[in-house]
Order: sequence, then C-alpha cells, then structure tokens
Amino acid sequence: MPLVMPDLRPIAPEIVMTCLALFILVADVFIRRKETLALLSVLGVAVTAFAFALPGVLNTTFGGMFISDGYSMFFKIIFALNVILTVLISVKYLDVEKVNFGEYYALILFATLGMMIMASAGDLIVLYLGLELMALSTYVLAGFIRYDMKSNEAALKYFLLGSFASAFLLYGISLAYGLTGTTDLGRIAMTIEQQGLAGKPALTMSMILIAVAFSFKIAAVPFHMWAPDAYEGAPTSITAFMSVGPKAAGFAVIGRVFLMAFPMVRAEWVTIFIPIAILTMAVGNIVALSQTNIKRMLAYSSIAHAGYALLGIITGTPDGLASMMNYMLIYAFMNMGAFAVIIMLRSEGFKGDTISDYEGLSKTHPLAAALMLVFMFSLTGIPPTAGFMGKFYIFMAAINAGYTWLVIIAVIFSAISAYFYLRIVMYMYMKDPKETVTLTTSPSMGLALAITTVAVLAIGMFPAKVVYLARVAFP
Amino acid sequence: METNGMGFPILSTLIFLPVAGAVLLLLIPRSKEALIKAVALCVSILAFVISLPLFTAFNKATHAMQFVERQAWIPAWNITYFLGLDGISILFVLLSTLVTILSILISWESIKNKIKEFYISILILEGAMIGVFCALDFFLFYIFWEAMLIPMYLLIGVWGGPNRVYAAIKFFLYTLVGSVLMLVGIIVLYFHAGRTFDILDLATRTYPYQMQLWLFWAFFAAFAVKVPMFPVHTWLPDAHTEAPTAGSVILAAVLIKMGAYGFLRFSMPLFPEAARAMTPVMLTLSVIAIIYGAVICLAQTDLKRLIAYSSVSHMGFVTLGIFALNTQGLEGGILQMINHGIVTGALFLSVGVIYDRTHTRQIADYGGVASVMPVYSSLFIVFTLASIGLPSTNGFIGEFLILLGGFTANQLAGVLAATGIIIGAGYMLWLYQRVFFMETNAKVTGLADVNMRELVTLLPMVILVFWIGIYPDTFLGFMHESVRHLIERVNTGGAPGASAIAKTVTEILQ
Repeated sequence: MPLVMPDLRPIAPEIVMTCLALFILVADVFIRRKETLALLSVLGVAVTAFAFALPGVLNTTFGGMFISDGYSMFFKIIFALNVILTVLISVKYLDVEKVNFGEYYALILFATLGMMIMASAGDLIVLYLGLELMALSTYVLAGFIRYDMKSNEAALKYFLLGSFASAFLLYGISLAYGLTGTTDLGRIAMTIEQQGLAGKPALTMSMILIAVAFSFKIAAVPFHMWAPDAYEGAPTSITAFMSVGPKAAGFAVIGRVFLMAFPMVRAEWVTIFIPIAILTMAVGNIVALSQTNIKRMLAYSSIAHAGYALLGIITGTPDGLASMMNYMLIYAFMNMGAFAVIIMLRSEGFKGDTISDYEGLSKTHPLAAALMLVFMFSLTGIPPTAGFMGKFYIFMAAINAGYTWLVIIAVIFSAISAYFYLRIVMYMYMKDPKETVTLTTSPSMGLALAITTVAVLAIGMFPAKVVYLARVAFP
Repeated sequence: METNGMGFPILSTLIFLPVAGAVLLLLIPRSKEALIKAVALCVSILAFVISLPLFTAFNKATHAMQFVERQAWIPAWNITYFLGLDGISILFVLLSTLVTILSILISWESIKNKIKEFYISILILEGAMIGVFCALDFFLFYIFWEAMLIPMYLLIGVWGGPNRVYAAIKFFLYTLVGSVLMLVGIIVLYFHAGRTFDILDLATRTYPYQMQLWLFWAFFAAFAVKVPMFPVHTWLPDAHTEAPTAGSVILAAVLIKMGAYGFLRFSMPLFPEAARAMTPVMLTLSVIAIIYGAVICLAQTDLKRLIAYSSVSHMGFVTLGIFALNTQGLEGGILQMINHGIVTGALFLSVGVIYDRTHTRQIADYGGVASVMPVYSSLFIVFTLASIGLPSTNGFIGEFLILLGGFTANQLAGVLAATGIIIGAGYMLWLYQRVFFMETNAKVTGLADVNMRELVTLLPMVILVFWIGIYPDTFLGFMHESVRHLIERVNTGGAPGASAIAKTVTEILQ
C-alpha cells in the first residue's frame, strides 16, 4: 500500500495550535515575565484564527477521520474566543493567587487543541483522542492552585469522575464497533441502515453509554455531581474556561455523533435526552436558588444552561443545531463576562466569592456593578441582551419541531432562574456596603470586559449576523 | 423603508431619544447632580414636544396605522423593525411622554442617592414604554415589553420603601412568568401563520378554534398579570406601595395600561372567537376585581396601598368595558385607561408631595391637612372626585360609558359594577376626610404648602381631568374608527363553523 500524503490544509489550525502550545511550553523556560507568555498566547491564537480562513480549510481529510466544515469551524471560533478571554482575565489573577507559572498557558492551549479536534472528529477514535487531551489538561488546570485544598479536591473529583465518563465512552464505542465493525461516524450510520440494526438492544446500550459520557462533559443531570465542587475549587479563571470550552466541545460532539452516526434511531436517543434535559434544567435552576457562593451558583447556572441547549439537540433539525451553536457562542460571552467581574473582586487576602461580598457594590464600584447587572440579565434571558436571543432561537426551533410542551417547561424554569440571578443584582444595588471591596483591575481585564459587554449588548440588539452565521454553518 | 409623512422617523425618535439621553447621563460625572437632573428633564420635555405633532397630525378618519416605519431587522427570522400608531395606541404614547416629565419633576428633591442611576432608569423606561405602544412586530413588542422590566425592577428595588426588595422581586417574577408563557404563544402563532411576526398580517388570518383558546390563555397570562386582573393582582399593592413616587406614578399611569392594551391589540383581533367565547369569564373576573378591590380599600391604613387597591378596582372597570365588546364599552375602557393614568398618577404624585414632608404613609399620621396646606387640599379633592367619577370630571365619562356598555352586554355585570362606584365614593371620601379634615395631627402642623415645582407637576393633571370631563370628544375622536374596526373584527372574525362552537361554549359557561 503506497503511503498517500493526506491533505493537511483542513487540519492547519490544529497544526498551528500544536506548534503554539509547544512553543509556549518551551518559551516558559526562557521567559521570566509570564505576562509575555500571555501576550504570545493571545497573539498565537489570533494567528490560528486566521488559519480558519485559509483556502482549502473546509474539507475532509485523513480518510474522513477529520472533518473541517462550517459546523466545526463555528465551534472553533467559540474555542478561540474562550481561550483569548480566559488568558485576558487570568493575567493579574494568577499573580494574586501566587501561581503565576508559564505552563498554565500551555495547558490552556492544549485543552483548546483537544476541543478543536473533538469538534472536527469524524471518527470515534479521533473524538476520544481530542476528548482525553482536553480532559487531562483541564484536570491539571483545575488543581493549579497547588497549596489550596479546595483546588486539589476539585482536580481530584474532576479527574476521578472524568475517568469514569471516559470509560463509559470507550465501552459505548466498543459496542458500536462490535455491531458495525467501524468507528467512522458516517459508516456507522450506513451500516445501521443497511443491516437493519435499529432497535437492537446492544445499539441502544451503546448510545446510552455514549450519551452518559457526553452528558458528563456538559454537566447534565444526573451526571453533574462533579461540577459544583470542581467549579468552586478551581482557579476562577479556569472555572470560566471550563464552563464554556469543554461544555461547547461536549455539545459539538453530541451534535456530530448523534446526528451523523445515529440519525436512523433518532427516536431512541431523543427519549434518552428529553428526561436528561428536563432534569438538567430543573436541578440546575432550583439548586442554584440556595447557593451562597457565587462560583457554585454559576456552576448550577451553567448546568441549567446546558439543559436549554440540549433542546436544540433534541429537535434534531438544522435550525435546532444552529440554535444550540448560537447559544454556546452567546453563553461564552455572558458567562466569561460574569466570571471576569468575579475575578476582579479577588484581591490579596480577600476571596470575594460569596454572594454577600457583592453587597453595595454599586456604591463602591458602580461600573463593575453595572457590567455585572448586564451579564446577570443576559443570563436570565431578558432582552435586549444576547441571552434572550439565544434562548429565543432555541425555543423557536423546538416549537417548530413540535416540542411545545418542552419549551413551556423550559420557560418556566427560565423564569425561576430570574430569582437567583437577580439576587446578585439585589445585593449589588439594594444593600449597603459592609466593607470596602478593592478591585483588582488590569488593562487586559478591561479589554475582556469590554469585549464581552459589547458582544452581549450588540448580539442582543442586532443578532441577525450571528444567527445567519450559525444557520449557514450547519447545512 | 416606508415613509410616515412627518419627514423624519418620529416614533423611532421618541423611543431612542430618551435612551440616548440615558447614555448621555452615563457620561456626566456623578458629582454634578444638578446637571444630571437638568439633562434628564430637558430630554423628557424634548420627547414630549416631539410627541405633540402626533396629536395634531393624526388622521382620525381611518383605522389604518399611521406614522409607520418599517425596516428589516433579523431577516433570518423574518423579523422587521415595524412601528406605527392607531387610534387605540396614540393616546398612550402622549400619556407616557407627559408622565415621564412629571415623574422627573416630582423626584427632584426626594431622590438623594444614586441620582445618576435613577434618571437613567427613568429615561430607559420611557423609551421602552413608548416602544411597547408603537411596536407592530410581535417580536419587537416582546423586546420592549420585557426590557421595561429591568429599569422598573431597579426603580422599585433601589429607591423604594422599607420592604422594597420583596416588592421588586415579586413584581419581576409575576410579570416574567406571564410574559414567557406569552412568548411560547407568540412562537406558536409565528409558525402557524407561516413565519411572520407582523401583527397587522396576523390579525387578518383565521386560526383553528382550539388553538385560539390555548393562545388566548397564554396571552392572558401575560396581560392579566400586568393589568392586573383578579386573582393575579397581588404584586400590585406591594409594588405600588414600596416604589418611590416616580415609580408608582409610572406604574399606575402607563405600565398597568399595557395589559389592557395587550388585550385590545392582540387577544381580541387575533383570537376573536376565543375572545367572544371567554367573555363571561372575563366579565366575571372584572366584576370580582371591581368589588373586591373596592372593599379591600375600605380596610387600608396606608395611603399608597389604598390607592393601589383602588387601581385594581378601576382596572376592573377597564377590562369590563373592553370585554363588553361593544362601542360604548370599548371606547369607555380605553378612555378610562387614560383617565386612570391621569387620576391615579396624580393621586400618587400628590401622596409623594406630602410624603416628602412627613415621611409617613400611614393615614393615622395625618388629619387636618386642609388647614395647613390649603392649595394642596384643593388639588387633592379634584383628583379624589375624579377618581370617584363625579360628573364634569374625566372619571365620570369613562365609567359611564363602561357601565353603559357593560349593561348592554350583561345586565348583571353592569349592576354589580355600579356598586363598585358607590363603594369607591365611600373609600375615597373617607380617605379625604381622615387625611384632610378632623383634628390637626401634630405631625402635620407647620408643613409648607405646595411649592412652584410641585404645582407645575400637578396642574397638567388638573387641566386634563376637566378637559376630558367636559369635552371628551378631543380624545374619543381618536378612537372611533379604530374601535369600530376592532369590533368588526371581533364580531365577524373566524369561520362560521367555529363561531357555532363558540356559542355552545358560552352557553355552557353561563
């Protein structure tokens, strides 16, 4: 068999990203000022983003194992945004936490590389590869504050439960392979159709196992147990990173695997995902009501948001998928923004992560409070913010697919969520400050806040462009 | 883009001028309080001046939308930026611009902390309110409808009374739950009509009767909470009582009108058969609200709470008139919405005037105010009598028309509603007696009478009370054509087969 050189153009962004991550890892040894590494990372990711637009990028390569299409590209844009925003909000924060080490940036880039591979995976093995790369890097990042017990606990919990999920995934993959004799997503679908495998218990089992593994990644109930602890204990910048990136990657693979490999048995996996979605919205929103730690509250909020986004998957229509992608992008902006404000509150000797720390923030720091207000209303889904547009698109797609009852459940939970998001607003605006909170600000933090605020408001008022992008990305 | 005959997009200007004003306030340093107030006042006066040509240029001979603006907004979903006014909505825009000025004036000295945020909230609220009344695209309507919640939530929660946090979240959650159900209804309607949010287009189609019923109730959830109708009225007393004066005034004058406006603009023309079939339910709820609200008023010891409950009663009249489904009832209902905006708005303004001096809302803390503040007392009696509905005041015209329409539609409802007026006279006069007459309370001795600013705030309301009371046709003239068109749609809309079902449902309910 002659060795044919595969077309490398579709995988160019991943290649650039790998080089970048390795470069940062090596440069760390020589560069004393870690801020330089941050700058280099941001620039490097920007260069990678340029690679998205190279001619010939949109293609399939490695014999269908790697698919670079509009769908994966949209997610890669989210990942790039995620990594840039994370680095921007980390710079000063790492200093405050006294863990300003260079491998932080390299790990973030490796995790992002994993996500990019996941989004483009056309084969279950490639998918697994990307997933593990992402997961392993994130485990380390979660425990990055080495001297802090909570951070250690977060990493360990995330790692243990994550390994479980990986095992489930492998088991699911092996069942699928055993049935169809292939790990290629397209060919799995073909074999299911040709050999009439639909309805076979083993196939159903395989789908359930894969669904469980992915539900773990997106922190869907009942596989969410790790999330609150991991989110609370991890460095806040990594909490922000985890709540956007791995979640979006999880959704990317759910959409890809279930719509590409199992379209014939949609009825079956929909019955798996509907209860998961309802439970996720219910538990996420209701448990968030009673949280006193803001990171924990946002962890539950992030669980709840996964529930809404699952509706997009359940519809199984192009509009549904596009609405899910759109939601992930919008969620990235609003959640990053909220975490940026949380990070600002952290200063030397002051944790600033309990909700009562926000008392009277509007009096001491009116601008920070106003920004937080925008993000909280956006997370609630009140127009004219982006959060509303995201939810609206999902609800619209679901109703069009005939899931009106599911949408009614979703909107009720969405209304419930107003209570805990507005509680933050209430603390900031309607209480008097107890102690003076000092904000840790930096130019990069300002930039991150500017990007997220402008995006949340602009997408909220002029969503046409973003909606169009998501819609054409998924053919 | 369509032209509106004004030479410039007047409705967009009205919506976004206050928002631009809010952005301008954002840029003014916090320490320049006088400048902040002055800019806010100027912006609101400018908006009012710009809204005046609507009054004169409006063509009363047609029910068609006027001052129309239309522009593609989100083409992927077929959403347009579509604004326009007809005889039903035009008066509310004028009311909104007027009330905003008065709210700013009345807050001049009483708001002392976070001044900048306060005026920003008021101005954004004004823009959103005007947007609600102008929007002719359902999606756009929903955006304004919800966006309004944010500044109102802050107004109640930040500058309100002791129990403000509870009142603010209650207001927000009640409204939000109702609204999201309407959102589901809107989307269902959108797909059924073939992907359009155009209200005018939607109102010409016929929907299956069963679907009309479901959607009617989905919309009811949003509008009934806002009106508020019995039994979802419980947020109102809290919100009204705890809100700062300006918040109460805007809430009473404009915000709760949006519920009734929603019935007129959406529920009735979109679902005519469901509206007809549900008339008995609506009339019953209205009558309960009228009597229940009035009786509760008798037991109140808090000035603002009493006026808040009187709103429940008065809005019961409004919904009674609307669902009488005849010309008198509908015109009376719309006029009464304006009247209630003026009178209750004025009553809250008046309470604000005295609250600024005494910082108490308890009726028991007052007494003998008439001898201390004579000018104030004479203004207050005008509003009291207008609220009761004395002939030659605006309240009389509205309530008379509603009772006329209500009696025609359902005699029992008409009779029961009339008792509400009698109780109304009871609680309002008793209130006046306890506050202004009797022995002079030590807490009110030596209070200064209304100053120039307060007089200027209250006088426009006095003028309007008598203007509508003596020559209502200035205002009713706007409605005739639109109301006629609406009644035509409600009574003839829908397939003949479906109306037969509607009839049986009506019979069952009766």
